[in-house]
Amino acid sequence: MPASAVTRFSACVAPLDRPNVDTDAIVPKQYLKSIRRTGFGAVLFDEWRYLDAGEPGDDHGKRRQNPDFVLNQSRYRNARILLTRENFGCGSSREHAVWALQEYGFRAVVAPSFADIFATNADNNGLLLIRLEVAVVESLFAGVQAQQGYSLTVDVSQQRLVDPAGHEHSFALDAVVRRRLLHGLDRIGEILRHREVIRAYEQRRSVQVPWLFPDAT
Amino acid sequence: MTLYDKLWEQHRVMELEDGATLLYIDRHLVHEVTSPQAFEGLRLAGRKIWRAGRILAVEDHIVPTTADREMHDPAAIEQIQALRDNCAQADIALYRLGDARQGIVHVTGPEQGACLPGMSIVCGDSHTSTNGALGALAFGIGTSEVECVLATQCLPMHKAQNMRVQVEGNFGPGVGAKDLALALIGRMGTAGGTGHVIEYAGSAVRGLDMEGRMTLCNMSIESGARAGMVAVDDVTVDYVRGRPLAPTGAAWEAAVDAWRQLVPDPGAHFAREFCMDARTLAPQLTWGTNPEMVVSIHDRVPDPAELPQGPQRTHMQHALEYMGLAPGTPMQELRPDKVFIGSCTNARIADLRAAAQVVQGRRVAANIRQAMVVPGSVPVRLQAEQEGLAQLFVDAGFEWREPGCSMCLGMNPDRLQPGERCASTSNRNFEGRQGRGGRTHLLSPAMAAAAAVAGHFVDVREFL
Ligand code: SF4
Repeated sequence: MPASAVTRFSACVAPLDRPNVDTDAIVPKQYLKSIRRTGFGAVLFDEWRYLDAGEPGDDHGKRRQNPDFVLNQSRYRNARILLTRENFGCGSSREHAVWALQEYGFRAVVAPSFADIFATNADNNGLLLIRLEVAVVESLFAGVQAQQGYSLTVDVSQQRLVDPAGHEHSFALDAVVRRRLLHGLDRIGEILRHREVIRAYEQRRSVQVPWLFPDAT
Repeated sequence: MTLYDKLWEQHRVMELEDGATLLYIDRHLVHEVTSPQAFEGLRLAGRKIWRAGRILAVEDHIVPTTADREMHDPAAIEQIQALRDNCAQADIALYRLGDARQGIVHVTGPEQGACLPGMSIVCGDSHTSTNGALGALAFGIGTSEVECVLATQCLPMHKAQNMRVQVEGNFGPGVGAKDLALALIGRMGTAGGTGHVIEYAGSAVRGLDMEGRMTLCNMSIESGARAGMVAVDDVTVDYVRGRPLAPTGAAWEAAVDAWRQLVPDPGAHFAREFCMDARTLAPQLTWGTNPEMVVSIHDRVPDPAELPQGPQRTHMQHALEYMGLAPGTPMQELRPDKVFIGSCTNARIADLRAAAQVVQGRRVAANIRQAMVVPGSVPVRLQAEQEGLAQLFVDAGFEWREPGCSMCLGMNPDRLQPGERCASTSNRNFEGRQGRGGRTHLLSPAMAAAAAVAGHFVDVREFL
């Protein structure tokens, strides 16, 4: 799914001060029964965010919010950037985690590192992942604590993050990810332009490893 | 070349202009939870399935494990129906509830010979790494990637780094693959394998049966690794021989010749090496809320006060609070409320045999509210019944269930209640994984069985 093009934006930051946030915590299993891509924003971080248990089909607006959870605090209500610790998104491959973060309104997640499958899922959906040194992340956490309404400016084309004091932090982006963010991208369509190459590969393999091609034509 | 290098080369279709490699996928496993949006995406884009014969679908994650197999949850029914419709429309093989081949996707794939050595194997499930035990490149993918594989039979990928985990020596009695997997994650950390594909090697790994190798490869993802694999040897070939979908006759001979090449070259270069000694390994279990929070059975619940001030200490305090544990408590004093023997990590016949051996002639302790065995597949269930294992479990007070993912993730009615403590042979002890507020301790099937009969965690070696 090509996301709409993004070049530069400024947004408030919410700090989620935990390492190893897993995808079970991002979207709990009961919501994975849905066969749709939407409806996950309201249940992002469900078990931390609400005091009562939730089930699919509930009116989540009526549930009891946990006032201690960071996203429920008024100063972070409009946050569009999530700041967190290492190995964010570990565990299950559920892409619902990315859909939930995006539907909630997050456009970028900043952390020292991300789990592999989660990162691929984020890339495929145009959720920007910004990897920064541990010390830099630490300084951002300090900044968010110190200042109400702390916001960061993200410049995708320059691959740069600017904090309120004007400090700039550059970040790496894979070429494909960058292109998807800036221009949108239909990766499957691109791959299918090479269908003849794929067919030729299958042809070759069906000779080398015929037992894998009982269905060869 | 390493085994991963070889498998990568064999599946490389082309280099894309943007620097990614297009990798061919030999086997695509599909289940109900992560596929509906992919099929939907395909339909919206007006695309066809590239090669339906490469796809095998099973119903496992959401299905009930009760004898009647009756589904009551409308959302679950809708999801199963979506899978059935999608498979019927595209002519995809589907092992439905009631099929004699049904089971947890990563148990069923190898069991049926749908997953073979040398294959590249994907599934919208992170524990696809299980299949690497066959000497295959197997890894979990997200739903967008599922859609890509449906449409093209390929995936654009960047090659991961090679890592070798070398384990030498013989396991002591009562200690095995699950203890090794947990101990490794404890030492490497949940992100220790990120960006890497692990090749498990050494005499301890060679000495494991296929079930043990699958347990080990299964847990690779819990150290963050993209995949785990074991080189092909006689154990692999013997396991695959005669499987329903395995090649036969001349094709079998040719296949075995090719599979014998699926070993690392002498002197192959690994970016990282990790060594362990199996001889000194004691039974392991987790105390916290991710799989790296692991100790030996004779250890105590760790004390955050021993860590310096900082995020790590806070994280440990969080975990202890969630788990309802006091620092310094001996692990053996903890009393589970429930015992779950099941999941794609530990629900194969060898796992059930190991647990049954402990249970034989004993009773589940009175403080255990529920003890259940959920076989990994219908063939495993039937074999266990034939061997008399099922009866041993039932006589001891265990529930003997129908195959499915069950309480590994609690998408069906099998789950923990808030505050319940569980001895579980599954793979994840994350907060809420087995049910909101549930407290999971991961351990081996033999250790779970010992906890069930003792009523508290205990060194299984006392029962052998
Ligand atoms: S048993 Fe658990 S880990 Fe395995 S496939 Fe099912 S849900 Fe995933």
